[in-house]
Amino acid sequence: MSYFSDIYKGIKTLLTGMSVTGKYFVTSRKGAITQQYPDNRDTLQMFERFRGEVIMPHTDDNEHRCTGCQKCEIACPNGTIEIIWDRGIDEATGKKKKKIDQFVYHLSMCTMCGLCIDVCPHDAIKWGQNFENSVYDRSTLTRVLNKPGSTLMQGVED
Amino acid sequence: METEVLYSNFKSEEYFINMGPQHPATHGVLRLLLTIDGEIIKKVEPDLGYIHRSIEKMCERDSYQQIVHLTDRMDYLSANINNEAVCLAVENALQLEIPERVKVIRTIIGELTRIASHCLWWGVMGMDVGALTTYFYGFRDREMINDIMEETCGARLTMNYNVPGGLMLDIHPNFVNRVKEFVAHFKTKLPEYDRLLTGNVIFQKRTVGVGVLSREDAISFGASGPVGRASGYSCDVRKHHPYSAYDRVTFEEALRTEGDTYARYLVRIQEMWESLSIVEQLIDNIPEGEHRVATNAVIKLPKGEYYQKVETARGELGVYIISTGTKNPYRLKFRSPGFSNLSLLNHIAVGGKIGDLVATMATLDLVIPDIDR
Repeated sequence: MSYFSDIYKGIKTLLTGMSVTGKYFVTSRKGAITQQYPDNRDTLQMFERFRGEVIMPHTDDNEHRCTGCQKCEIACPNGTIEIIWDRGIDEATGKKKKKIDQFVYHLSMCTMCGLCIDVCPHDAIKWGQNFENSVYDRSTLTRVLNKPGSTLMQGVED
Repeated sequence: METEVLYSNFKSEEYFINMGPQHPATHGVLRLLLTIDGEIIKKVEPDLGYIHRSIEKMCERDSYQQIVHLTDRMDYLSANINNEAVCLAVENALQLEIPERVKVIRTIIGELTRIASHCLWWGVMGMDVGALTTYFYGFRDREMINDIMEETCGARLTMNYNVPGGLMLDIHPNFVNRVKEFVAHFKTKLPEYDRLLTGNVIFQKRTVGVGVLSREDAISFGASGPVGRASGYSCDVRKHHPYSAYDRVTFEEALRTEGDTYARYLVRIQEMWESLSIVEQLIDNIPEGEHRVATNAVIKLPKGEYYQKVETARGELGVYIISTGTKNPYRLKFRSPGFSNLSLLNHIAVGGKIGDLVATMATLDLVIPDIDR
């Protein structure tokens, strides 16, 4: 007898499950959560806190806010950030003053932990939204974040 | 005479087979050395080390702020709870007073992480026993939590949102609304989970009475989390040693006595309901205040030994720090739930079929980076 009751139960649970999937089959347009990713690149908006890559914002006058204090370099667990600094002449006082030469960022080593941006006292670096970082050559992932010829913004250190 | 020769050719004998490290049912790079007789399992021997990254050794090199991001990579499905464990250990050692707001937010995000982890487990569990539909439904609901995490923490999986002293950023203004939206959404979807899989006859035939673990064995093997609770071993750290805001919420500890695969399944389903209720209790009254207490830039723990345990989605995670008073720990040991839960696999799988082993492993909910570290 259990043979027939098993068949009955099997068909019953099959139909119960099918009623759930069937409901979505009929109303699939409303509940769809998938995104047509490469096709929606123009309209795709990431969340504002999204951690894509570390960037250094520059003003229109090619000025950045990095004083070269190297706190981010110390905070980084992986050696991702490497600051090559130099001593320049401060125009106001005429004394020697530390300034960054190159802010090297190895994206290939970055774990996106956010400690560098958390520790930066002048908001010189922040998170970029770009996440399409696949390249053919790993060495192209090493970037210099400060633009050529850029200078420190006035009043950052005050 | 000829018949006898024929029989001797089909003599039963044991043989050896590899399951993994690239087997889809092991959910990672776990290699199981199976000794089987026909389809009956005689011995299961896990072979570890394929994803060993020496996280504990790296912790000895890193400062206490840097350690936190490594714990994301252990049990990546409950990354936020792992972070919380290290932060609580450091904060207790420094005797920092943590604002109420931080405690409540940590609890809410921890419970959301637990739901997300169980959603993924539920989908994969169905897939392991041959029901692919559950995979999509589990991931659909997990996606909403991932979006909440991404908006508030900045990342979907490896958040690194906790820091010793509080939270890296305050919650996003949309956080409360989004969580409420999710709770309302998920309350309608959880009964659907039951209709789709729990009541299914084929699923019950695959799971009821399979991989039975007794209460005594659960305790002696060090099982924790849903695996221990399905065997009637009351081991919920949230209940017995409350941390963060768990002492001010009411929730049931999901306990069952059968100890089989189906009981472990039901415990996790009930845990999702309990997590929802915890989130509901806290989301409306997040206290105002600071989201972070200032610590020294270089944290030096006083000389001594510190232990903190938390309940991750898989069980009890312990963080044991030995400090000599410097800026790095002298030794940091993680007691990971997956390792203990894997150790009892041989005990409960012997005598069963290979297909049952897959179902049993699915309810142990193994995350391999958590086992190997």
